[in-house]
Amino acid sequence: MSKGTKHNHEPLIHITKRGNVSEGKAWGIRILSIVFSLLVCSVVIILLTHYNPIQVFKAMVTGNFGSLTKVRSLFQNLAMLLCISLAVTPAFKMKFWNLGAEGQVLVGGLASAACMFYIKDALPNAVLILIMLVTSVLAGIIWGVVPAVFKAKWNANETLFTLMMNYVAIQLVSFCIMYWVPSGSAVMGVINMKSQAGWLPNLFGQKYLINILIVALLTVVMYVYLKYSKQGYEITVVGESENTARYIGINVKKVIIRTMVLSGAMCGLAGFLLVSGTNHTITKETAGGMGFTAVMVSWLAKFNPAIMVLTSFLIVFLQKGAGEIATYCRLNESIADILTGIIIFFIIGSEFFINYKINFRSKHKEVK
Amino acid sequence: MSKVALELKGITKRFGSVVANNNVNLCAYKGEILSLLGENGSGKTTLMNMISGIYYPDEGQIFINGEEAVISSPRDAFDYKIGMIHQHFKLVDVFTAAENIVLGLNEKGGYNIKKATQKVAEIAEKYGFDIDPNKKIHEMSVSEKQTVEIIKVLYRGADILILDEPTAVLTPQETTKLFSVLRNMKADGKTIIIITHKLHEVLALSDRVSVLRKGEYVGTVITAETNESELTEMMVGKKISLNINRSEPKNPKDRLVVKHLNCVNREGVKVLDDVSFTARSGEILGIAGIAGSGQRELLEAIAGLQNVEQGEILYNVPDSDTVENLRDKTPLQIRSLGVRLSFVPEDRLGMGLVGNMDIVDNMLLRSYSKGKSFFLQRKEPKNLADEIIDQLEVVTPSANTPVRRLSGGNVQKVLVGREIAAAPTVLMAAYPVRGLDINSSYTIYNLLNQQKEHGVAVVFVGEDLDVLIELCDRILVIGSGKITGIVDGRTAKKEEIGYLMTQTNGGAENE
Repeated sequence: MSKGTKHNHEPLIHITKRGNVSEGKAWGIRILSIVFSLLVCSVVIILLTHYNPIQVFKAMVTGNFGSLTKVRSLFQNLAMLLCISLAVTPAFKMKFWNLGAEGQVLVGGLASAACMFYIKDALPNAVLILIMLVTSVLAGIIWGVVPAVFKAKWNANETLFTLMMNYVAIQLVSFCIMYWVPSGSAVMGVINMKSQAGWLPNLFGQKYLINILIVALLTVVMYVYLKYSKQGYEITVVGESENTARYIGINVKKVIIRTMVLSGAMCGLAGFLLVSGTNHTITKETAGGMGFTAVMVSWLAKFNPAIMVLTSFLIVFLQKGAGEIATYCRLNESIADILTGIIIFFIIGSEFFINYKINFRSKHKEVK
Repeated sequence: MSKVALELKGITKRFGSVVANNNVNLCAYKGEILSLLGENGSGKTTLMNMISGIYYPDEGQIFINGEEAVISSPRDAFDYKIGMIHQHFKLVDVFTAAENIVLGLNEKGGYNIKKATQKVAEIAEKYGFDIDPNKKIHEMSVSEKQTVEIIKVLYRGADILILDEPTAVLTPQETTKLFSVLRNMKADGKTIIIITHKLHEVLALSDRVSVLRKGEYVGTVITAETNESELTEMMVGKKISLNINRSEPKNPKDRLVVKHLNCVNREGVKVLDDVSFTARSGEILGIAGIAGSGQRELLEAIAGLQNVEQGEILYNVPDSDTVENLRDKTPLQIRSLGVRLSFVPEDRLGMGLVGNMDIVDNMLLRSYSKGKSFFLQRKEPKNLADEIIDQLEVVTPSANTPVRRLSGGNVQKVLVGREIAAAPTVLMAAYPVRGLDINSSYTIYNLLNQQKEHGVAVVFVGEDLDVLIELCDRILVIGSGKITGIVDGRTAKKEEIGYLMTQTNGGAENE
């Protein structure tokens, strides 16, 4: 059909795929896109708030780095988002669309909270924390492996399946909170406030440091696992072409299940870190949408754990900064969301310009 | 003869550098059945797609009823009363036959299914179709779906009907029925063009036959005045000398014995029917056949990638009396038996290699699981990659270049190189020179010959009969999943193989 129209007229704009784009050029386009996004943000700020955009951007930076507490909180959030991003990465690399990280994190957190709630200080803290860790990881595995088994055995759609499992997890958390909190306020307070049983200790007097160190270690491990291990290689082959995997004798079903066990386990671990090392309580919002943001972080980094550190930093920086602007400008958070949206839009859009080139109809061709 | 309904003059169509049709002339009369005959890739479907508005010709003219026509979309084709029935049906599964038939029509005031049903029944009555207009597509057999497609075209008032290999999916009984319907349409003054490569159908059904070969128009003959051998010669052409070296097999031994193999594909269609043959060491066994006659399934069954319904695949271990049955074994199990079976699949970047991985990592595909270590060993594959690049003259910036960036010939060299590096005792290659230029093709022929001289049992699935005849020691001909003959490569005639390819009855068996 298109041949017919082409015969008459070359279209005004046509898009062609770029062949080889050097890394340098690709990063150039990405940086350019951030510059453009900041320009657009500035225009929006001026038009909507009449503030000086430079001041607003400054507020973003101070919102992240203004004080030790802020820096600590920045790194804590970064660590959690990175942890979940790392968790979903093997699955996505295998082209298994795991949208269930939210639920996997939540059940992991719930398992930790349940241990804290029921065991209290009946056991030494180290033992309790170990039990919490194991149960959280197991819970995450269960939530991750069920869709994987259905996918491997009956080719069930994992996207819907994992998504639905999120709602099951949310309802489960609601139920437990209702059950545990007799007052009916449906809010679980901080668990073991006095005894601090099941709380991850502060390292060198610093809150969250254990979380951050664990995630840093995981980043390295995941990088090595994906790039240098046989299992990581199998994940890549299955993700690239299931036919090739079968051709060289990879047991595709086994790889799918094994990888989702890993993915679920890491989500469960993230849940543990959120409850034991951060919030010391559980709510429906414990995962806070990070299970979905992590998908974006992982994709933006092209499933490379090293780059994921950057992309998750970027997202957390924007979110924190946005919150600060809202306070600074005495506006509600919507303006912050608008700015974050603009920046992310440009960053994602830049991938299009890295892969494709836009050609305009040239004048001389139009003549004939 | 009566009036000319359709005439093509000097039609040329190129896809990039590939010429699919070159200066094709053709004409079809009112009230006749014209067969368009040619091997796979001879440009039959491309030509018909230009008449039905899917492609637009680069050069040439199309005349409908004597007037020049510009057909730039399928809708234009309908306006000229042209309808095409494609090989792959384009129907909505959850709709009924009648709903599918009226779908897409610009009728005023919405669809009147009741009226449509009535009209469908009338058409069915007129030409002798068997159809239930209220039956849903997903409940239908392949033949019924085809009927819906044909009625859909007639409903829109088509006078010129093009059918692309309509019998490929039908049983013999269904084919007979289809033919009687087509004859009724012919009697009604419709022009019918049927694309096919089955000679007996051409002879049974059509009034005239037009032949295409490698995109070129060869000629048109009146069916009553021709015979199978003349048509075969028109279709495959005269023998061309290629000068491929062929040594005498040294000390051939039965290496791979396939007995009564039966396979069914995912759709439940029988793709291999009682296939038996032997591949010998130090010999190249060619497999000839129209594409899709079961070659792919045959190789995949041997490689452990295709379920086998019935039969045996026996491997005689060299220098011993041990026989291993490879049936129902996975590729991994086959390898762990010590059977060095190499396989160059038809789908290079979709099965044999991973396009996004570099040459080194593609070498790893065969060897990554070696050893107990949790980690990969990239050193040996790196050496192998460098060796292949060096010896086979692979044009690539480095061994770390993703394979998809290489040209077709270089991709194939990487794949064949890797498969040969495994020191196979059986080497199977499916269409290893497809899309390759002359030089790369000869590199591949030489590699296969070297393997043969090393005592490997080589199985070569090819499409170019000239190559098969010059390269292979024996040629097995497969037609519709059955073996229709095994000929000696040194004495075989091209026409003989071409004839066997178009047979659908295996040996003495009757359907």
